[in-house]
Amino acid sequence: MRDALMESLFELAEKDPNIMLLTGDLGYGVFEEFEKTYPNQYLNVGVAEQNMIGVATGLALEGKTIFTYSIGNFPTLRCLEQIRNDACYHELNINIIATGGGFSYGGLGMSHHATEDIAIMRALPNMTILIPTTAEETSSSVVNLYHNKGAGYLRLDKSKFTDASLAHSKNVLGKVNILREGNDITLIVVGGIADEVMKAASELSNKKIECRVLSLYSIRPIDKDAIKMACKETMGIVTIEEGNLAGGMGSAIAEVCMDNKFKPKIFKRVGLEERYSAVVGSQNYLRSYYKMDSMAIIDFVLKEYEKLLK
Amino acid sequence: MEGINTEELARKIRIHAVKMVNKGGSSHIGSVLSIADILAVLYGRVINYRPNDPKWDGRDRFILSKGHAGVGVYAVLAECGFFNIKELDKHYQNGSIFSGHVSHKGVPGVELSTGSLGHGLPVAAGMALALKIDKKPHRVFVVMSDGELDEGSNWEAFMFASHHCLNNLVAIIDRNKLQSMKSTEETLALEPLLSKLDAFGWDAIETDGHNHEELLNAIQGETDKPRVIIANTTKGKGVSYMENKVEWHYRTPTGEFFEQAMKDLGEES
Repeated sequence: MRDALMESLFELAEKDPNIMLLTGDLGYGVFEEFEKTYPNQYLNVGVAEQNMIGVATGLALEGKTIFTYSIGNFPTLRCLEQIRNDACYHELNINIIATGGGFSYGGLGMSHHATEDIAIMRALPNMTILIPTTAEETSSSVVNLYHNKGAGYLRLDKSKFTDASLAHSKNVLGKVNILREGNDITLIVVGGIADEVMKAASELSNKKIECRVLSLYSIRPIDKDAIKMACKETMGIVTIEEGNLAGGMGSAIAEVCMDNKFKPKIFKRVGLEERYSAVVGSQNYLRSYYKMDSMAIIDFVLKEYEKLLK
Repeated sequence: MEGINTEELARKIRIHAVKMVNKGGSSHIGSVLSIADILAVLYGRVINYRPNDPKWDGRDRFILSKGHAGVGVYAVLAECGFFNIKELDKHYQNGSIFSGHVSHKGVPGVELSTGSLGHGLPVAAGMALALKIDKKPHRVFVVMSDGELDEGSNWEAFMFASHHCLNNLVAIIDRNKLQSMKSTEETLALEPLLSKLDAFGWDAIETDGHNHEELLNAIQGETDKPRVIIANTTKGKGVSYMENKVEWHYRTPTGEFFEQAMKDLGEES
């Protein structure tokens, strides 16, 4: 995802000298070329995220389009009030990029597990929230955030879902991407954990359950039509996200369903349940430990189907 | 701007401020009176602006980081022609745009909404950097409180501004030595402040924050570093019973208190 990110940033920076990339002293081995090519459009502000958003606000008030970068919770939670009062309230084109979504940095421990960021960014009015699943969605996200006025959040992941057939998919702001067609049950996912979801869909297909898999990609604006069709055309919805369930992507889907009287027969949110992740391990290990891997998804869907068939 | 009598402008800011706080039933009057002279010197003699074109690109930028003294900014902007003085009556009223903490929404001349402390300097530094990148000659002024220096974000920005040699940035610290509940030194000691700021790489100057000529001298003059002015002030300056009294951070002057304030400021109530 970082390669796709850099490719897009290079393209935009070349076209628009008012684009600036600010980092909170992270991106070793990633930003050197950008700094060399566009020295006036790159700034390492040091390990100082509050100041990073403040400086971004000052630059944006003077007409710059900003991308800030850091990992995990640092670019969001550490400077939340600056994001709210300065970037969002002043309606500035400041786009926050967090790499290491969910358990990407699993081995580094709880401080580096980004598990509440989706909920917290969702609480900020007008914040565009994009969580790509594929490299292609990552590129589109950067371009969409550039064109979209107002603050934005881009959550990147170490893992990504790869499927050659998606290379030319159009990634439109506020529209889902269909990763797999199916009319039995809908699985909605954000981020690289889509890999697990697609594995589950494939296994379930062997058991004659055809899953529709949607990459939500754009949590705000959200694709109400796709959610409506999922409720209408399939048995229901299972959401899968690498993060805390309270206020996360699944909550966003639940809100759309309740507010619009869409009535899925099955509804389940898969993710981290009301806890801090104290366990150390690889991204895959933690997905399995916290029951958000393909096995957990398969188990749930099969149980629900049994209940429905009784 | 040459023709503006800054002493008279400062007096008017104080009168408007007391009237607004009285009518609105709002607070922080001591903090406003503290910076009335700084605002008068900045808007009367220093800052370039066009009241009929608030976003004029050639303007100097001004940020009030101690947003709780917002009525002072509303008053000086009204006096300088950004909007009708009568608008000030709407401060703190239901549906008003003139909130207690300074807001940019709908108020011409306000660059940044503040209110939570420690936000103004980082934003001012970003503006100053943008002006440098774009090779624009304008300056950025930010007025901060001394109590607000407790916020760590300011020290991130102090480091940032000197690292990037932002000599188009001027920070004025309203050093009235009182914060919300007690003195700054009893709460979280700031001294030795001048040498601290000097060590952070700023052109640090100390001056009398109520002496207009001294303030002007401190603001003017070339420097190759960002400049910070410790303006020694008296909280509640100009109203006898409010001076150096922490309670006027919160209280609203009503009745006899209001009458006395008007009298002290040479205004018939």
